[in-house]
Amino acid sequence: MRAKRRARDEWIHWARKKPTQALTSLVGLFLIVYLLLPVWHWAVTDANFLGSDRSACVGGGACWVFVRERFHQFLFGFYPADAYWRPLLTVAIGALSIGLLFVSRLGVLRLLIFVALPFIAWLILEGSLLGLPPVATDQWGGLLLTLIISVTGIAVSLPLGIFLALGRRSRLPLIRWLSVAFIELWRGVPLITVLFMASVMLPFFMPLGVEVDKLLRVLIGVTLFTSAYMAEVVRGGLQSIAKGQYEAAAALNLTSFQTMRLVILPQALRKVIPGIVNTFIGLFKDTSLVLIVGMFDLLGMVQTASTDPEWLGYSLEGYIFAGAMFWIFCFAMSRYSLRLERQLAYSSVERKQLT
Amino acid sequence: MTRQKTSIRGYLWQGLILGLVLLGIGAIVHNTVANLSARGIASGFSFLSRPAGFDIGFSLIPFGEGSTFLDAFAVGLCNTLLVAVLGIIGASVLGLIVALLRLAPHPLLRLIGGTYVEIVRNIPLLLHLFFWYFAVLRQLPSPRQSLSLGPDIFLNIRGLYLPFPADHSALWWLLGALILGLWVGHWARRKALRQQELEGRLPRWQSLPFVLPLLFPLITLLLPIWSLSRPELQGFNFVGGLQLVPELVALVVALSFYTAAFIGEIIRAGILAVAPGQREAAQALGLSSFDTLRLIILPQALRVILPPLTSQYLNVTKNSSLAAAIAFPDLVLVFAGTALNVTGQAVEIMALTMAVYLLISLLISFAMHVFQKQVLHYEG
Repeated sequence: MRAKRRARDEWIHWARKKPTQALTSLVGLFLIVYLLLPVWHWAVTDANFLGSDRSACVGGGACWVFVRERFHQFLFGFYPADAYWRPLLTVAIGALSIGLLFVSRLGVLRLLIFVALPFIAWLILEGSLLGLPPVATDQWGGLLLTLIISVTGIAVSLPLGIFLALGRRSRLPLIRWLSVAFIELWRGVPLITVLFMASVMLPFFMPLGVEVDKLLRVLIGVTLFTSAYMAEVVRGGLQSIAKGQYEAAAALNLTSFQTMRLVILPQALRKVIPGIVNTFIGLFKDTSLVLIVGMFDLLGMVQTASTDPEWLGYSLEGYIFAGAMFWIFCFAMSRYSLRLERQLAYSSVERKQLT
Repeated sequence: MTRQKTSIRGYLWQGLILGLVLLGIGAIVHNTVANLSARGIASGFSFLSRPAGFDIGFSLIPFGEGSTFLDAFAVGLCNTLLVAVLGIIGASVLGLIVALLRLAPHPLLRLIGGTYVEIVRNIPLLLHLFFWYFAVLRQLPSPRQSLSLGPDIFLNIRGLYLPFPADHSALWWLLGALILGLWVGHWARRKALRQQELEGRLPRWQSLPFVLPLLFPLITLLLPIWSLSRPELQGFNFVGGLQLVPELVALVVALSFYTAAFIGEIIRAGILAVAPGQREAAQALGLSSFDTLRLIILPQALRVILPPLTSQYLNVTKNSSLAAAIAFPDLVLVFAGTALNVTGQAVEIMALTMAVYLLISLLISFAMHVFQKQVLHYEG
């Protein structure tokens, strides 16, 4: 609130000090509004919101009926409509366990809950182990699939990435080389080739006769790929820990494992939370690439729906919807990461001043 | 804890890890061999010299009947490199504009720059691509109602038509002149630096090394090899000039606009990272504002800018593989898509495709590393 008022005062101050600049701004703003007016007409005033098929879309405005009619598919894919409570429950549990990440009293337990999340989600969504009617993974889709792939990718690649980052800084040359080779291999290739690999090459790696679910294969590919990026993020945190921390731990006669677990990692991981969130944003956007190996995430569902003869010619409305959904998630997360970064910078400055 | 003890334990650990890795690789090889023989799929790279038997829609090098899988691989690689180079150029130019907007003195320009960055970078690249391809380029009019974007430049549903040198060897002249310019420029720069070491200041022609790489190609433009072939409407289609298929245009435009948001932020951060005192000190020394930028601001900003900029260029190269989503025949679509479906040799083809990207990535990283060391004299 205070920041807002300060910003407003600044604007007034600026308008008084530089009247010509303020005037050109006004003219420019007017021009922008004038240019955006047709867009506003298309998207809102001339648009069609009500109805149930394309005959409701008249008058040249946007046809939001398309998005409304396919809304459930965009969110859940081909998941059976009478079982929508299962994805909703999964998302609620997911939100809760991510919320638990901030309860510091739980210690390491909260990370375990986070890593267990994909398995809980699978139990509920697939359902056969809980005695629910099973839903095959090829029916999962839409925003649900986007969330499943990105959250699983992050949750599983976090521990993997920590191991790889520690491996890269290891004193043992073999472990260091292996970690470097693994990280650089995955960082050097595009995600699409990784997805292709997961869908066409992984089946050959399995023992004869063993079929692995396609979603699981894609998840393996995405996780290996993300763990390399995660390793680099964590390595950045490890490098920022002062040498004195290691020496102090050694002076306390901690073993190297204890040093890592009690002294180094808690500090390093806290520092890299913004980096982890940024990796998550990247993964969240990249998830849309699974379309190329025949899975339908949010964008994939929109693309499929807009090639449906019943709704031909309304792809732009679909893209705008998908874009808005992606934007809301990514923008919110990037703001959160930015705030954390500022907090961390502030607290480290504060600490320096105290000592 | 003695040194001896840790090293023994270290060897044990390494032995254990090595054993596990070898065991894993062994299991994968064993399974793959078993699977391949069970499905009757050949192995090895001998398929590369067999005729491919499919057609490719867009190719820079001749490809047709009787061309082999190796030719198809080369076509895909050339197309990937073409998209990457055009994308890098487009993204750099747009990124610079975004950065200038973000740093502009006028608040409205800053607002426009900021809005652009926040909107573009929070939306997946694939969505950008779909938007440009399906919602823009696929909705364009037929050749007869082409949009005219300037003299002899036409845009329609078949793609973008540009005037192009009728004699393609002109392009090789241009490239040769550029390389010669860079080489001579490099030599002149070294000579200038040696003179600085001896005499304490740079020679008068100190800016020559940076001008030459531009001057040489400009000179070739004066040569009488640039008779242009212009696109002309004949019947229902355009003849002559250069046709860029809509898939290529969509890919380059989407990559440029998307990456420009990131590059703009990188350039902005780099320029802001130079302490304001540096500019003030330069002015106090009486440097002109151009010299301040050239000698004080840019060298320091470049050190901050280059590493993340390199990784953005790598991203453009890797993201060019999104071509597969709109059926532009890049390496992934031609090789990991069509060729894989024809031969079924997933392991060899995927390994080769990934190796190419890995090699490109390592080469670009290495080149940037050398550039940083040689040109910026920066050990980092």
